[in-house]
Amino acid sequence: MKDTILRNEEKAVFALRTLYENFGYTQYRMSRFEEYDLYQENKQFLAKGEIITFNDRDGKLLALKPDVTLSIVKNARAGEQLREYYNENVYRTVNGEYREIMQVGLECIGDIDLYSTCEVLRLAKKSLEIISDSAILDITNAGFVNGLLAETGLAENEQAQLSACIAQKNPHDLASLCSSFGVSEELSARLVKTASLYGSFAQVEAEAMSMVMNEEMQNALDELRQIDNYFSGIGENSGFNVDFSLMNDMQYYNGIVFRGYVEGVPAGVLSGGRYDRLLGKMGKGSDMGAIGFAIYMNLLDLYFDDRREYDVDILVTYDSGVDMASLSRTVDMLMGGGRTVRVQKQDNGKIRCRERFHFGERGLEIRG
Amino acid sequence: MDKTINIALPKGRLGEKVYKMLEELGYGCPGILDNSRKLIFEDEAKTVRYFWVKPSDVAIYVEHGAADVGVVGRDILLEYQPDIYELTDLGFGKCRMCVAGIKDVTPSTDRALRIATKFVHIAKKYYAEKGREIEIIKLNGSIELAPILGLSDVIVDIVETGSTLKENNLEVKEEILNISARFIAGKAAYRFKNAEIGVMTEKINSWLAAKEKENEK
Repeated sequence: MKDTILRNEEKAVFALRTLYENFGYTQYRMSRFEEYDLYQENKQFLAKGEIITFNDRDGKLLALKPDVTLSIVKNARAGEQLREYYNENVYRTVNGEYREIMQVGLECIGDIDLYSTCEVLRLAKKSLEIISDSAILDITNAGFVNGLLAETGLAENEQAQLSACIAQKNPHDLASLCSSFGVSEELSARLVKTASLYGSFAQVEAEAMSMVMNEEMQNALDELRQIDNYFSGIGENSGFNVDFSLMNDMQYYNGIVFRGYVEGVPAGVLSGGRYDRLLGKMGKGSDMGAIGFAIYMNLLDLYFDDRREYDVDILVTYDSGVDMASLSRTVDMLMGGGRTVRVQKQDNGKIRCRERFHFGERGLEIRG
Repeated sequence: MDKTINIALPKGRLGEKVYKMLEELGYGCPGILDNSRKLIFEDEAKTVRYFWVKPSDVAIYVEHGAADVGVVGRDILLEYQPDIYELTDLGFGKCRMCVAGIKDVTPSTDRALRIATKFVHIAKKYYAEKGREIEIIKLNGSIELAPILGLSDVIVDIVETGSTLKENNLEVKEEILNISARFIAGKAAYRFKNAEIGVMTEKINSWLAAKEKENEK
Protein backbone atom coordinates (compact mmCIF):
# COMPACT_ATOMS: atom_id res chain seq x y z
CA MET A 1 0.00 0.00 0.00
CA LYS A 2 1.24 3.44 -0.81
CA ASP A 3 2.43 5.52 2.10
CA THR A 4 0.51 8.59 1.00
CA ILE A 5 -2.85 6.81 1.01
CA LEU A 6 -2.94 6.68 4.80
CA ARG A 7 -3.65 10.07 6.27
CA ASN A 8 -1.26 11.19 9.01
CA GLU A 9 -3.94 10.61 11.60
CA GLU A 10 -4.44 7.03 10.42
CA LYS A 11 -0.69 6.46 10.45
CA ALA A 12 -0.55 7.71 14.03
CA VAL A 13 -3.37 5.40 15.11
CA PHE A 14 -1.66 2.50 13.39
CA ALA A 15 1.65 3.27 15.11
CA LEU A 16 -0.07 3.63 18.49
CA ARG A 17 -1.77 0.26 18.11
CA THR A 18 1.53 -1.36 17.20
CA LEU A 19 3.15 0.21 20.26
CA TYR A 20 0.50 -1.08 22.64
CA GLU A 21 0.47 -4.55 21.05
CA ASN A 22 4.26 -4.70 21.45
CA PHE A 23 3.86 -4.09 25.16
CA GLY A 24 1.40 -6.95 25.41
CA TYR A 25 -1.83 -4.96 25.55
CA THR A 26 -4.77 -6.48 23.72
CA GLN A 27 -7.45 -4.58 21.88
CA TYR A 28 -10.84 -4.11 23.49
CA ARG A 29 -13.76 -3.71 21.10
CA MET A 30 -17.08 -2.51 22.29
CA SER A 31 -20.48 -1.93 20.79
CA ARG A 32 -21.74 1.59 20.24
CA PHE A 33 -24.35 1.28 22.96
CA GLU A 34 -24.39 0.56 26.65
CA GLU A 35 -27.26 0.53 29.08
CA TYR A 36 -27.82 4.01 30.38
CA ASP A 37 -27.75 2.78 33.99
CA LEU A 38 -24.01 2.18 33.81
CA TYR A 39 -23.39 5.86 33.19
CA GLN A 40 -26.10 7.06 35.53
CA GLU A 41 -24.63 5.10 38.44
CA ASN A 42 -21.10 6.28 37.81
CA LYS A 43 -21.80 9.83 36.80
CA GLN A 44 -18.98 11.26 38.90
CA PHE A 45 -16.48 9.25 36.88
CA LEU A 46 -17.57 10.73 33.56
CA ALA A 47 -16.39 13.92 31.96
CA LYS A 48 -19.00 16.65 32.24
CA GLY A 49 -21.59 16.88 29.53
CA GLU A 50 -24.76 15.15 28.59
CA ILE A 51 -25.08 11.57 27.50
CA ILE A 52 -26.95 10.87 24.29
CA THR A 53 -29.71 8.40 25.09
CA PHE A 54 -32.48 6.58 23.23
CA ASN A 55 -34.89 3.72 23.83
CA ASP A 56 -34.43 0.25 22.41
CA ARG A 57 -37.40 -1.73 21.11
CA ASP A 58 -38.31 -3.01 24.57
CA GLY A 59 -38.31 0.50 25.98
CA LYS A 60 -35.00 0.04 27.76
CA LEU A 61 -32.91 3.20 27.91
CA LEU A 62 -29.65 2.91 26.03
CA ALA A 63 -26.82 5.38 25.66
CA LEU A 64 -24.33 6.02 22.91
CA LYS A 65 -21.11 5.34 24.77
CA PRO A 66 -19.61 8.56 26.15
CA ASP A 67 -16.61 6.70 27.53
CA VAL A 68 -14.80 3.39 27.12
CA THR A 69 -13.07 3.02 30.49
CA LEU A 70 -16.31 2.36 32.37
CA SER A 71 -17.14 -0.54 30.07
CA ILE A 72 -13.68 -2.04 30.43
CA VAL A 73 -13.82 -1.79 34.21
CA LYS A 74 -17.35 -3.21 34.28
CA ASN A 75 -16.12 -6.33 32.54
CA ALA A 76 -13.01 -6.74 34.69
CA ARG A 77 -13.26 -9.55 37.22
CA ALA A 78 -11.92 -9.23 40.75
CA GLY A 79 -8.32 -10.40 40.95
CA GLU A 80 -7.85 -10.17 37.18
CA GLN A 81 -4.82 -8.55 35.53
CA LEU A 82 -6.01 -6.60 32.50
CA ARG A 83 -3.86 -4.90 29.89
CA GLU A 84 -6.14 -3.49 27.23
CA TYR A 85 -6.16 -0.72 24.68
CA TYR A 86 -8.94 0.65 22.52
CA ASN A 87 -9.54 2.75 19.47
CA GLU A 88 -13.17 3.78 19.59
CA ASN A 89 -15.55 6.61 18.87
CA VAL A 90 -17.29 8.08 21.88
CA TYR A 91 -20.31 10.36 21.79
CA ARG A 92 -20.76 13.47 23.87
CA THR A 93 -22.53 16.77 23.74
CA VAL A 94 -20.03 19.58 23.54
CA ASN A 95 -21.42 23.11 23.83
CA GLY A 96 -24.88 21.75 23.22
CA GLU A 97 -23.98 19.89 20.04
CA TYR A 98 -23.66 16.16 19.47
CA ARG A 99 -20.09 15.15 18.77
CA GLU A 100 -18.40 11.96 17.72
CA ILE A 101 -14.92 11.90 19.20
CA MET A 102 -12.25 9.38 18.32
CA GLN A 103 -10.35 8.16 21.34
CA VAL A 104 -7.33 5.95 21.54
CA GLY A 105 -6.60 4.79 25.04
CA LEU A 106 -5.13 2.19 27.27
CA GLU A 107 -6.02 0.69 30.65
CA CYS A 108 -3.87 -1.28 33.04
CA ILE A 109 -6.01 -2.89 35.72
CA GLY A 110 -5.14 -5.24 38.60
CA ASP A 111 -2.24 -5.14 41.01
CA ILE A 112 -0.71 -1.76 40.18
CA ASP A 113 2.80 -1.32 41.49
CA LEU A 114 5.56 1.13 40.64
CA TYR A 115 6.57 -0.84 37.56
CA SER A 116 3.08 -0.83 36.03
CA THR A 117 2.71 2.88 36.80
CA CYS A 118 6.01 3.62 35.08
CA GLU A 119 5.10 1.40 32.13
CA VAL A 120 1.86 3.29 31.54
CA LEU A 121 3.67 6.63 31.84
CA ARG A 122 6.30 5.42 29.43
CA LEU A 123 3.61 4.36 26.94
CA ALA A 124 1.94 7.77 27.33
CA LYS A 125 5.22 9.45 26.55
CA LYS A 126 5.96 7.19 23.60
CA SER A 127 2.43 7.84 22.30
CA LEU A 128 3.07 11.58 22.33
CA GLU A 129 6.38 11.04 20.55
CA ILE A 130 4.53 9.17 17.80
CA ILE A 131 2.22 12.14 17.33
CA SER A 132 4.79 14.94 17.46
CA ASP A 133 8.48 15.72 17.81
CA SER A 134 7.62 18.46 20.22
CA ALA A 135 5.52 17.13 23.07
CA ILE A 136 5.44 17.45 26.84
CA LEU A 137 4.07 15.10 29.47
CA ASP A 138 3.13 16.79 32.73
CA ILE A 139 2.63 14.78 35.86
CA THR A 140 1.40 15.34 39.39
CA ASN A 141 0.38 13.29 42.34
CA ALA A 142 -3.05 14.34 43.55
CA GLY A 143 -2.04 13.39 47.10
CA PHE A 144 0.27 16.38 47.27
CA VAL A 145 -2.38 19.07 46.82
CA ASN A 146 -5.02 17.03 48.67
CA GLY A 147 -2.69 16.75 51.65
CA LEU A 148 -2.05 20.47 51.59
CA LEU A 149 -5.75 21.30 51.28
CA ALA A 150 -6.54 18.96 54.18
CA GLU A 151 -4.28 21.10 56.40
CA THR A 152 -6.66 24.04 55.93
CA GLY A 153 -9.39 22.10 57.76
CA LEU A 154 -12.00 23.77 55.52
CA ALA A 155 -15.31 22.30 54.38
CA GLU A 156 -15.38 20.38 51.12
CA ASN A 157 -16.98 23.12 49.03
CA GLU A 158 -14.46 25.69 50.28
CA GLN A 159 -11.60 23.35 49.45
CA ALA A 160 -13.15 22.89 46.00
CA GLN A 161 -13.02 26.67 45.45
CA LEU A 162 -9.36 26.72 46.42
CA SER A 163 -8.52 23.83 44.14
CA ALA A 164 -10.32 25.55 41.25
CA CYS A 165 -7.90 28.47 41.70
CA ILE A 166 -4.93 26.11 41.84
CA ALA A 167 -6.09 24.49 38.59
CA GLN A 168 -6.05 27.95 36.98
CA LYS A 169 -2.62 28.75 38.46
CA ASN A 170 -4.38 31.79 39.82
CA PRO A 171 -2.32 33.15 42.74
CA HIS A 172 -4.28 36.37 43.42
CA ASP A 173 -7.77 34.91 43.81
CA LEU A 174 -6.32 31.95 45.71
CA ALA A 175 -4.68 34.28 48.22
CA SER A 176 -7.81 36.39 48.64
CA LEU A 177 -10.03 33.30 49.08
CA CYS A 178 -7.60 31.96 51.68
CA SER A 179 -7.74 35.16 53.65
CA SER A 180 -11.55 35.29 53.48
CA PHE A 181 -11.71 31.65 54.70
CA GLY A 182 -9.29 32.44 57.53
CA VAL A 183 -6.46 30.22 56.25
CA SER A 184 -3.14 31.11 57.88
CA GLU A 185 -0.77 33.22 55.80
CA GLU A 186 1.87 30.53 55.98
CA LEU A 187 -0.46 27.90 54.53
CA SER A 188 -1.87 30.33 52.00
CA ALA A 189 1.65 31.05 50.74
CA ARG A 190 2.28 27.33 50.32
CA LEU A 191 -0.92 26.88 48.32
CA VAL A 192 0.02 29.80 46.07
CA LYS A 193 3.50 28.37 45.55
CA THR A 194 2.04 24.94 44.73
CA ALA A 195 -0.12 26.41 42.00
CA SER A 196 2.81 28.00 40.20
CA LEU A 197 5.51 25.35 40.62
CA TYR A 198 6.40 23.95 37.22
CA GLY A 199 9.45 22.16 35.90
CA SER A 200 11.39 18.92 35.87
CA PHE A 201 11.41 16.93 39.10
CA ALA A 202 14.96 18.07 39.83
CA GLN A 203 13.88 21.70 39.39
CA VAL A 204 10.89 21.52 41.71
CA GLU A 205 12.06 18.91 44.23
CA ALA A 206 13.67 21.19 46.80
CA GLU A 207 10.75 23.57 46.88
CA ALA A 208 8.17 20.80 46.99
CA MET A 209 10.08 19.14 49.87
CA SER A 210 9.96 22.34 51.88
CA MET A 211 6.16 22.39 51.59
CA VAL A 212 5.48 18.91 52.92
CA MET A 213 3.24 19.06 56.00
CA ASN A 214 1.96 15.54 56.44
CA GLU A 215 2.36 11.92 55.45
CA GLU A 216 0.01 12.13 52.46
CA MET A 217 2.15 14.85 50.90
CA GLN A 218 5.37 13.01 51.73
CA ASN A 219 4.11 9.79 50.12
CA ALA A 220 2.94 11.68 47.05
CA LEU A 221 6.32 13.31 46.61
CA ASP A 222 8.15 10.02 47.25
CA GLU A 223 6.19 8.34 44.49
CA LEU A 224 7.06 11.14 42.06
CA ARG A 225 10.72 10.77 43.04
CA GLN A 226 10.64 7.01 42.42
CA ILE A 227 9.12 7.61 38.99
CA ASP A 228 11.77 10.19 38.20
CA ASN A 229 14.49 7.75 39.31
CA TYR A 230 13.03 5.07 37.06
CA PHE A 231 13.10 7.32 34.01
CA SER A 232 16.62 8.55 34.80
CA GLY A 233 17.63 4.91 35.11
CA ILE A 234 16.43 4.06 31.60
CA GLY A 235 17.67 7.40 30.22
CA GLU A 236 14.22 8.74 29.26
CA ASN A 237 13.56 11.42 31.83
CA SER A 238 13.47 14.39 29.47
CA GLY A 239 10.15 15.96 28.59
CA PHE A 240 8.55 15.23 31.98
CA ASN A 241 7.40 18.17 34.03
CA VAL A 242 5.87 18.21 37.45
CA ASP A 243 2.77 20.41 37.58
CA PHE A 244 0.73 20.28 40.80
CA SER A 245 -2.03 22.35 39.21
CA LEU A 246 -3.17 19.42 37.04
CA MET A 247 -6.17 18.55 39.06
CA ASN A 248 -9.45 18.92 37.31
CA ASP A 249 -11.22 15.55 37.32
CA MET A 250 -10.32 15.13 40.98
CA GLN A 251 -13.36 12.91 41.43
CA TYR A 252 -11.98 10.45 38.95
CA TYR A 253 -8.29 10.24 39.61
CA ASN A 254 -6.36 9.54 42.76
CA GLY A 255 -2.59 9.42 43.03
CA ILE A 256 -0.68 9.91 39.81
CA VAL A 257 -2.36 12.20 37.26
CA PHE A 258 -0.80 13.19 33.95
CA ARG A 259 -1.55 15.19 30.84
CA GLY A 260 0.16 15.39 27.49
CA TYR A 261 0.54 18.43 25.27
CA VAL A 262 1.64 18.68 21.67
CA GLU A 263 3.05 21.90 20.29
CA GLY A 264 0.49 23.54 18.03
CA VAL A 265 -2.57 22.15 19.82
CA PRO A 266 -3.97 24.54 22.44
CA ALA A 267 -5.48 21.93 24.80
CA GLY A 268 -4.12 18.76 26.38
CA VAL A 269 -4.38 15.88 23.89
CA LEU A 270 -3.62 13.09 26.33
CA SER A 271 -5.14 12.71 29.73
CA GLY A 272 -4.67 9.97 32.24
CA GLY A 273 -4.05 8.83 35.77
CA ARG A 274 -4.71 6.39 38.54
CA TYR A 275 -8.39 5.68 39.16
CA ASP A 276 -8.70 3.06 41.90
CA ARG A 277 -11.92 4.61 43.21
CA LEU A 278 -13.92 3.53 40.19
CA LEU A 279 -12.98 -0.11 40.80
CA GLY A 280 -14.00 0.19 44.43
CA LYS A 281 -17.31 1.75 43.39
CA MET A 282 -17.99 -1.09 40.97
CA GLY A 283 -17.22 -3.67 43.64
CA LYS A 284 -14.09 -5.13 42.11
CA GLY A 285 -12.39 -5.52 45.48
CA SER A 286 -10.24 -3.13 47.43
CA ASP A 287 -6.96 -4.68 46.29
CA MET A 288 -7.63 -3.80 42.63
CA GLY A 289 -6.02 -0.72 41.17
CA ALA A 290 -6.15 0.88 37.74
CA ILE A 291 -4.18 3.36 35.71
CA GLY A 292 -4.70 4.41 32.12
CA PHE A 293 -4.93 7.24 29.64
CA ALA A 294 -6.83 8.38 26.58
CA ILE A 295 -5.75 10.41 23.58
CA TYR A 296 -8.33 12.74 22.07
CA MET A 297 -7.75 12.28 18.38
CA ASN A 298 -10.35 14.94 17.52
CA LEU A 299 -8.06 17.61 18.99
CA LEU A 300 -5.39 16.49 16.57
CA ASP A 301 -7.57 17.07 13.50
CA LEU A 302 -6.12 20.51 12.95
CA TYR A 303 -2.62 19.35 13.75
CA PHE A 304 -2.78 16.56 11.19
CA ASP A 305 -4.40 18.75 8.60
CA ASP A 306 -1.71 18.27 5.98
CA ARG A 307 -2.42 20.83 3.35
CA ARG A 308 -1.79 18.97 0.14
CA GLU A 309 -0.66 21.01 -2.78
CA TYR A 310 -2.43 18.84 -5.34
CA ASP A 311 -5.67 16.92 -5.34
CA VAL A 312 -4.30 14.43 -7.87
CA ASP A 313 -1.09 13.99 -9.84
CA ILE A 314 -2.68 13.79 -13.28
CA LEU A 315 -5.95 14.97 -14.75
CA VAL A 316 -7.07 13.36 -17.99
CA THR A 317 -9.89 14.84 -20.06
CA TYR A 318 -11.31 13.12 -23.12
CA ASP A 319 -13.43 13.77 -26.20
CA SER A 320 -16.79 12.10 -26.48
CA GLY A 321 -16.74 9.09 -28.73
CA VAL A 322 -13.17 8.01 -27.98
CA ASP A 323 -12.48 4.34 -27.58
CA MET A 324 -13.07 3.60 -23.92
CA ALA A 325 -10.80 0.58 -23.85
CA SER A 326 -7.80 2.52 -25.12
CA LEU A 327 -8.60 5.36 -22.73
CA SER A 328 -8.54 2.85 -19.88
CA ARG A 329 -5.24 1.40 -21.06
CA THR A 330 -3.77 4.90 -21.19
CA VAL A 331 -5.00 5.60 -17.67
CA ASP A 332 -3.44 2.35 -16.43
CA MET A 333 -0.17 3.38 -18.04
CA LEU A 334 -0.23 6.83 -16.44
CA MET A 335 -0.92 5.25 -13.05
CA GLY A 336 2.35 3.36 -13.22
CA GLY A 337 4.81 4.51 -10.60
CA GLY A 338 2.09 5.19 -8.08
CA ARG A 339 0.69 8.39 -9.54
CA THR A 340 -2.93 9.29 -8.97
CA VAL A 341 -5.01 9.84 -12.09
CA ARG A 342 -8.42 11.41 -12.34
CA VAL A 343 -10.47 11.04 -15.50
CA GLN A 344 -13.32 13.36 -16.37
CA LYS A 345 -14.81 14.73 -19.52
CA GLN A 346 -14.05 18.39 -19.03
CA ASP A 347 -11.50 20.36 -17.10
CA ASN A 348 -13.38 22.93 -15.05
CA GLY A 349 -10.07 24.31 -13.77
CA LYS A 350 -10.94 23.59 -10.16
CA ILE A 351 -8.83 20.48 -9.74
CA ARG A 352 -5.31 21.06 -8.55
CA CYS A 353 -3.00 18.67 -10.41
CA ARG A 354 0.63 18.43 -11.43
CA GLU A 355 -0.03 17.52 -15.05
CA ARG A 356 -2.96 17.78 -17.43
CA PHE A 357 -3.56 15.45 -20.38
CA HIS A 358 -6.22 15.28 -23.02
CA PHE A 359 -7.26 12.04 -24.71
CA GLY A 360 -8.72 12.62 -28.18
CA GLU A 361 -8.85 11.16 -31.65
CA ARG A 362 -5.08 11.41 -32.04
CA GLY A 363 -4.37 9.80 -28.70
CA LEU A 364 -2.87 11.38 -25.60
CA GLU A 365 -1.76 15.01 -25.64
CA ILE A 366 -0.09 17.05 -22.95
CA ARG A 367 -2.11 20.09 -21.87
CA GLY A 368 0.34 21.46 -19.28
CA MET B 1 10.97 26.52 17.52
CA ASP B 2 9.24 29.91 17.30
CA LYS B 3 9.71 31.56 20.69
CA THR B 4 8.03 34.86 19.87
CA ILE B 5 5.38 35.62 22.48
CA ASN B 6 2.05 36.40 20.86
CA ILE B 7 0.16 38.93 22.96
CA ALA B 8 -3.52 39.72 22.53
CA LEU B 9 -4.34 43.19 23.85
CA PRO B 10 -7.84 44.57 24.30
CA LYS B 11 -8.49 47.55 22.03
CA GLY B 12 -8.95 50.75 23.98
CA ARG B 13 -7.63 52.50 27.07
CA LEU B 14 -6.89 49.36 29.07
CA GLY B 15 -4.90 47.79 26.25
CA GLU B 16 -2.85 50.96 25.78
CA LYS B 17 -2.09 51.12 29.48
CA VAL B 18 -0.97 47.49 29.46
CA TYR B 19 1.17 48.13 26.39
CA LYS B 20 2.91 51.05 28.11
CA MET B 21 3.76 48.80 31.05
CA LEU B 22 5.13 46.12 28.73
CA GLU B 23 7.14 48.74 26.86
CA GLU B 24 8.76 49.83 30.16
CA LEU B 25 9.59 46.17 30.77
CA GLY B 26 11.48 45.90 27.50
CA TYR B 27 8.71 44.52 25.27
CA GLY B 28 8.32 47.64 23.16
CA CYS B 29 7.17 47.56 19.58
CA PRO B 30 7.53 50.67 17.38
CA GLY B 31 4.47 52.20 15.79
CA ILE B 32 1.96 50.29 17.82
CA LEU B 33 0.33 53.33 19.42
CA ASP B 34 0.14 55.29 16.16
CA ASN B 35 -3.40 55.63 15.00
CA SER B 36 -3.32 53.15 12.18
CA ARG B 37 -5.66 50.40 11.13
CA LYS B 38 -2.95 47.79 11.36
CA LEU B 39 -3.84 44.96 13.72
CA ILE B 40 -0.58 43.05 14.09
CA PHE B 41 2.72 44.49 15.32
CA GLU B 42 6.06 42.75 15.68
CA ASP B 43 9.32 44.05 17.18
CA GLU B 44 12.54 43.69 15.23
CA ALA B 45 14.12 41.11 17.51
CA LYS B 46 10.91 39.07 17.23
CA THR B 47 10.55 38.63 20.97
CA VAL B 48 6.95 39.80 20.91
CA ARG B 49 4.06 40.11 18.48
CA TYR B 50 1.03 42.15 19.49
CA PHE B 51 -2.48 42.09 18.16
CA TRP B 52 -5.38 44.32 19.03
CA VAL B 53 -8.65 42.49 19.48
CA LYS B 54 -12.07 43.24 20.89
CA PRO B 55 -11.78 43.07 24.71
CA SER B 56 -14.30 40.26 25.06
CA ASP B 57 -12.42 38.21 22.44
CA VAL B 58 -9.00 38.23 24.14
CA ALA B 59 -9.71 35.09 26.14
CA ILE B 60 -10.93 33.30 23.01
CA TYR B 61 -7.67 34.02 21.18
CA VAL B 62 -5.68 32.75 24.15
CA GLU B 63 -7.81 29.67 24.78
CA HIS B 64 -7.53 28.58 21.16
CA GLY B 65 -3.80 29.18 21.01
CA ALA B 66 -3.88 32.04 18.48
CA ALA B 67 -2.31 34.20 21.20
CA ASP B 68 0.02 32.90 23.92
CA VAL B 69 -0.86 35.49 26.53
CA GLY B 70 -3.35 38.30 26.87
CA VAL B 71 -4.99 40.80 29.16
CA VAL B 72 -8.65 40.52 29.97
CA GLY B 73 -11.13 41.72 32.60
CA ARG B 74 -12.20 39.32 35.32
CA ASP B 75 -15.82 39.88 34.23
CA ILE B 76 -15.11 38.23 30.88
CA LEU B 77 -13.27 35.32 32.53
CA LEU B 78 -16.15 34.63 34.91
CA GLU B 79 -18.77 35.01 32.19
CA TYR B 80 -17.19 32.77 29.54
CA GLN B 81 -15.09 30.46 31.78
CA PRO B 82 -12.30 29.95 29.26
CA ASP B 83 -9.86 27.09 29.88
CA ILE B 84 -6.73 29.18 30.49
CA TYR B 85 -4.26 30.06 33.23
CA GLU B 86 -4.77 33.29 35.11
CA LEU B 87 -1.25 34.31 36.09
CA THR B 88 -1.46 37.80 37.57
CA ASP B 89 -3.92 40.39 38.74
CA LEU B 90 -2.76 43.60 37.07
CA GLY B 91 -5.00 45.77 39.21
CA PHE B 92 -5.83 47.96 36.20
CA GLY B 93 -9.32 48.84 35.12
CA LYS B 94 -10.78 48.34 38.58
CA CYS B 95 -14.57 48.31 38.80
CA ARG B 96 -17.41 46.33 40.37
CA MET B 97 -20.05 43.96 39.04
CA CYS B 98 -23.26 45.16 40.65
CA VAL B 99 -26.99 44.71 40.79
CA ALA B 100 -28.55 48.11 40.15
CA GLY B 101 -32.12 49.34 40.00
CA ILE B 102 -34.27 52.43 40.20
CA LYS B 103 -33.43 54.58 43.20
CA ASP B 104 -35.44 53.88 46.35
CA VAL B 105 -37.52 51.17 44.66
CA THR B 106 -37.42 47.63 46.01
CA PRO B 107 -38.46 45.05 43.42
CA SER B 108 -41.36 42.88 44.53
CA THR B 109 -40.32 39.49 45.87
CA ASP B 110 -43.49 37.53 45.09
CA ARG B 111 -42.55 36.81 41.48
CA ALA B 112 -39.46 36.04 39.44
CA LEU B 113 -36.98 38.92 39.40
CA ARG B 114 -36.47 40.23 35.88
CA ILE B 115 -32.83 41.02 35.20
CA ALA B 116 -31.39 42.76 32.16
CA THR B 117 -27.72 42.06 31.59
CA LYS B 118 -24.87 41.28 29.25
CA PHE B 119 -23.46 38.90 31.86
CA VAL B 120 -25.95 36.06 31.77
CA HIS B 121 -23.75 33.44 33.40
CA ILE B 122 -22.60 35.66 36.26
CA ALA B 123 -26.17 36.80 36.98
CA LYS B 124 -27.54 33.25 36.92
CA LYS B 125 -24.83 31.97 39.23
CA TYR B 126 -25.26 34.82 41.70
CA TYR B 127 -29.00 34.33 42.02
CA ALA B 128 -28.77 30.52 42.01
CA GLU B 129 -26.62 30.78 45.13
CA LYS B 130 -29.29 32.96 46.71
CA GLY B 131 -32.04 30.61 45.57
CA ARG B 132 -34.00 33.45 43.96
CA GLU B 133 -36.11 32.74 40.89
CA ILE B 134 -35.10 34.99 38.01
CA GLU B 135 -35.86 35.75 34.40
CA ILE B 136 -32.89 36.90 32.35
CA ILE B 137 -33.23 39.43 29.57
CA LYS B 138 -30.03 39.41 27.58
CA LEU B 139 -29.06 42.82 26.20
CA ASN B 140 -25.95 43.89 24.34
CA GLY B 141 -25.72 47.55 25.32
CA SER B 142 -27.42 50.49 27.07
CA ILE B 143 -28.37 48.15 29.87
CA GLU B 144 -29.36 51.11 32.08
CA LEU B 145 -32.39 51.75 29.89
CA ALA B 146 -34.07 48.48 30.85
CA PRO B 147 -35.36 49.34 34.36
CA ILE B 148 -36.28 52.88 33.30
CA LEU B 149 -38.54 51.55 30.55
CA GLY B 150 -39.90 48.78 32.75
CA LEU B 151 -38.20 46.08 30.70
CA SER B 152 -36.61 44.65 33.84
CA ASP B 153 -36.64 45.12 37.62
CA VAL B 154 -32.88 45.39 37.94
CA ILE B 155 -29.73 45.16 35.88
CA VAL B 156 -26.49 43.29 36.48
CA ASP B 157 -23.66 45.33 35.03
CA ILE B 158 -20.22 46.81 35.53
CA VAL B 159 -20.09 49.97 37.61
CA GLU B 160 -16.98 52.13 37.39
CA THR B 161 -17.76 55.49 38.98
CA GLY B 162 -21.51 55.17 39.23
CA SER B 163 -22.13 58.44 37.39
CA THR B 164 -24.12 56.82 34.57
CA LEU B 165 -26.38 55.23 37.17
CA LYS B 166 -26.83 58.51 39.01
CA GLU B 167 -27.69 60.43 35.85
CA ASN B 168 -30.41 57.91 35.11
CA ASN B 169 -31.87 57.89 38.62
CA LEU B 170 -30.51 54.39 39.32
CA GLU B 171 -28.51 53.10 42.29
CA VAL B 172 -26.37 50.12 43.23
CA LYS B 173 -28.47 47.61 45.15
CA GLU B 174 -25.87 44.86 45.71
CA GLU B 175 -22.24 44.32 44.86
CA ILE B 176 -21.52 40.95 43.28
CA LEU B 177 -17.75 41.04 42.87
CA ASN B 178 -14.70 43.17 42.23
CA ILE B 179 -13.21 43.32 38.78
CA SER B 180 -9.75 44.13 37.47
CA ALA B 181 -7.62 43.20 34.48
CA ARG B 182 -5.88 39.83 34.53
CA PHE B 183 -2.79 38.61 32.71
CA ILE B 184 -3.66 35.22 31.23
CA ALA B 185 -1.79 32.48 29.35
CA GLY B 186 -2.87 29.58 27.16
CA LYS B 187 -2.35 26.10 28.56
CA ALA B 188 -0.15 24.85 25.74
CA ALA B 189 1.74 28.16 25.46
CA TYR B 190 2.48 28.01 29.19
CA ARG B 191 4.29 24.73 28.56
CA PHE B 192 6.01 25.27 25.23
CA LYS B 193 7.07 28.86 25.98
CA ASN B 194 7.45 28.36 29.71
CA ALA B 195 10.74 30.23 30.13
CA GLU B 196 9.61 33.23 28.05
CA ILE B 197 6.22 33.55 29.71
CA GLY B 198 7.80 32.97 33.13
CA VAL B 199 10.22 35.86 32.64
CA MET B 200 7.43 38.12 31.43
CA THR B 201 5.22 37.25 34.41
CA GLU B 202 8.05 37.90 36.86
CA LYS B 203 8.82 41.26 35.27
CA ILE B 204 5.15 42.24 35.47
CA ASN B 205 4.93 41.17 39.11
CA SER B 206 7.97 43.17 40.13
CA TRP B 207 6.73 46.18 38.14
CA LEU B 208 3.41 45.95 40.02
CA ALA B 209 5.19 45.59 43.36
CA ALA B 210 7.32 48.66 42.63
CA LYS B 211 4.21 50.68 41.69
CA GLU B 212 2.51 49.63 44.88
CA LYS B 213 5.48 50.79 46.94
CA GLU B 214 5.49 54.09 45.08
CA ASN B 215 1.83 54.59 45.91
CA GLU B 216 2.44 53.87 49.59
CA LYS B 217 4.94 56.71 49.84
